[in-house]
Amino acid sequence: MSVLEIIKFAIRGLFINRLRTALTTLGIMIGVASVIILLAVGNGSSKAIQASLDRLGTNSLQVRSGGGGFGARARASASTIKPLTILDTVALTDKTQAPDIKQVAPIASTNGTCVVGANTTSPSTFYGTWPAYYEASNTSIQSGSYFTNDDVTQARRVALIGQTTATALFGTSSPIGQTMRCSGIEFTVIGLTTVKGSSGFQDGDSLVLIPITTMENTITGNQPLSNILVEATKSTTTTAAQTELTAILDARHGISGRKTADFSVFNQASLLSTASSSSQTFTTLLGMVAAISLLVGGIGITNIMLVTVIERTREIGIRKAVGAPKSAILTQFLIEATILSLLGGILGVIAGFVGSHFTIAGTKPVIVPASVFLAFGVSILIGIFFGGYPASRAASLRPIEALRYE
Amino acid sequence: MAEAVDSVVDIQPVIEVQNAVKRYGIGDSTIYALNGVSLTIAPGEYVAIMGPSGSGKSTLMNILGALDIMTSGKYFLDGIEISSMEENELSIVRGRKIGFIFQSFNLIPRTSALHNVELPMAYQGIKSKVRRERALVALGVVGLSDRVNHEPTELSGGQQQRVAVARALATRPALLLADEPTGALDSKSTADLLDLFDQINAAGRTVVVITHELEVANRAKRVIRMRDGKIVSDELNGERVA
Repeated sequence: MSVLEIIKFAIRGLFINRLRTALTTLGIMIGVASVIILLAVGNGSSKAIQASLDRLGTNSLQVRSGGGGFGARARASASTIKPLTILDTVALTDKTQAPDIKQVAPIASTNGTCVVGANTTSPSTFYGTWPAYYEASNTSIQSGSYFTNDDVTQARRVALIGQTTATALFGTSSPIGQTMRCSGIEFTVIGLTTVKGSSGFQDGDSLVLIPITTMENTITGNQPLSNILVEATKSTTTTAAQTELTAILDARHGISGRKTADFSVFNQASLLSTASSSSQTFTTLLGMVAAISLLVGGIGITNIMLVTVIERTREIGIRKAVGAPKSAILTQFLIEATILSLLGGILGVIAGFVGSHFTIAGTKPVIVPASVFLAFGVSILIGIFFGGYPASRAASLRPIEALRYE
Repeated sequence: MAEAVDSVVDIQPVIEVQNAVKRYGIGDSTIYALNGVSLTIAPGEYVAIMGPSGSGKSTLMNILGALDIMTSGKYFLDGIEISSMEENELSIVRGRKIGFIFQSFNLIPRTSALHNVELPMAYQGIKSKVRRERALVALGVVGLSDRVNHEPTELSGGQQQRVAVARALATRPALLLADEPTGALDSKSTADLLDLFDQINAAGRTVVVITHELEVANRAKRVIRMRDGKIVSDELNGERVA
């Protein structure tokens, strides 16, 4: 009796009960597919968070005037607030006091409307800064050029704009070299920034960046900075950089002892790592739900195989009467269970891959390769494990009893 | 040992049962289904075992067919002692030495006549091609050459029983063992089947039929009657032998 022969018997057995075979396979298929898809959704959402984390620059810290907000030290009363100035910014570039700070960019912010002909747009981000900003904020340009330190010193009327702003003002034509009027001042667009996508509530591409000197001279006057953007040397030194900049600003603003700080430091990395860890919890939760559905599929196989054994008790008796040894019966039923789970596993993997092409709950699923092997492997193991018990029951039936069974 | 018997008797019996006892239950509730049965059947014999229900004939049939084991006693089938075998060895012996015919046909459902006949040979490891040829020959012998691809539900009772006979014959067993083979058949099919048994026996095969029908027993050459787990008579059937 060759194994091939027994496999033929098993396949014939499955083929005879087509509907039952199909339903059991479906159970395993759903289990495997849901493991793959749900883990892909979880993975996709944490990938999305990771991407926005990278976009913001994990090394960056933001200093804002006043207390409050995430990571703020304490709230100071309005009368004692010393605004953040360019001088504060320059002080933070001191390498001896702040060895972990790589570079610092001041940010002056305003609200304004930009106009080209009949087109108008109000960029959600309208900043005056200097070139250190690019790296600290992870901003790059896809065409044109950056404005330089020279542009800042000369207070030239040049601007970098984001894709959303460019489309609003210039449509599909290239904005480079064109002029636009923002808050009444004419600017030459010299660069288009790389698409950032939206991070949270803001469209990161609704953007106008101009030299800080130009902004102060022409639009805002000498108003306080809204932010100072600080880039630490490495992502691991962000905390050290935060301590150093706090010490420097404390000294400059006369903060000591009981006096509460009049500025606050935002650490975006820590904010996003919180989001990232909550996304991992989400993935784990999804994985557990999926694992349960796989288990239910496995119990389905056991159930079907048990019913099969009972329904085919007489057949088992006949097979034994005509010379089938225990091992042949055991192998046949084990192979039937394994084929069921194998088939379900393969179809589940296919369904998982197909399903992962769709955007689910606003997330683009990203398949975790390990989950495919895991789900497939587990489904086979389930077949052997859960099919094993009914199979051994079938094989242990005594022919005389099995033949009497009606 | 079997060879020693051979040299004396010169013919090795197909069945040799020595003092078979089958006991159910313990203590006061003990029932003896077989209470010291000894029996020898030579090759080529056509034996009917008769008796009312409860006489132990079904138990004897199960033991002769290696489907059940006895409490004590010895059983040699075709010279091999099988009373001490494990279930796994017994299943091999069944497949090679015995062809079964049951009252309820016992064909595998939703499986063609051909596959049913091939089944015992498959478990013996006979090659697919040889198996098919032998199965077709056996189905021809029972007159079902035109029904090889029919499933049991598409066949009449008589045809199903003939498939079972073909299945039993195809392995070329030492013993054809039939348990109430006509119990579920009409009189026409019964007559056909008994003719078939005559043919098979005439071809030299040993046939043992368990029955309670006189009509069936009358066709055998030797009739063994049982009662309360014992053989009460064992005689040659005069008209048949002659």
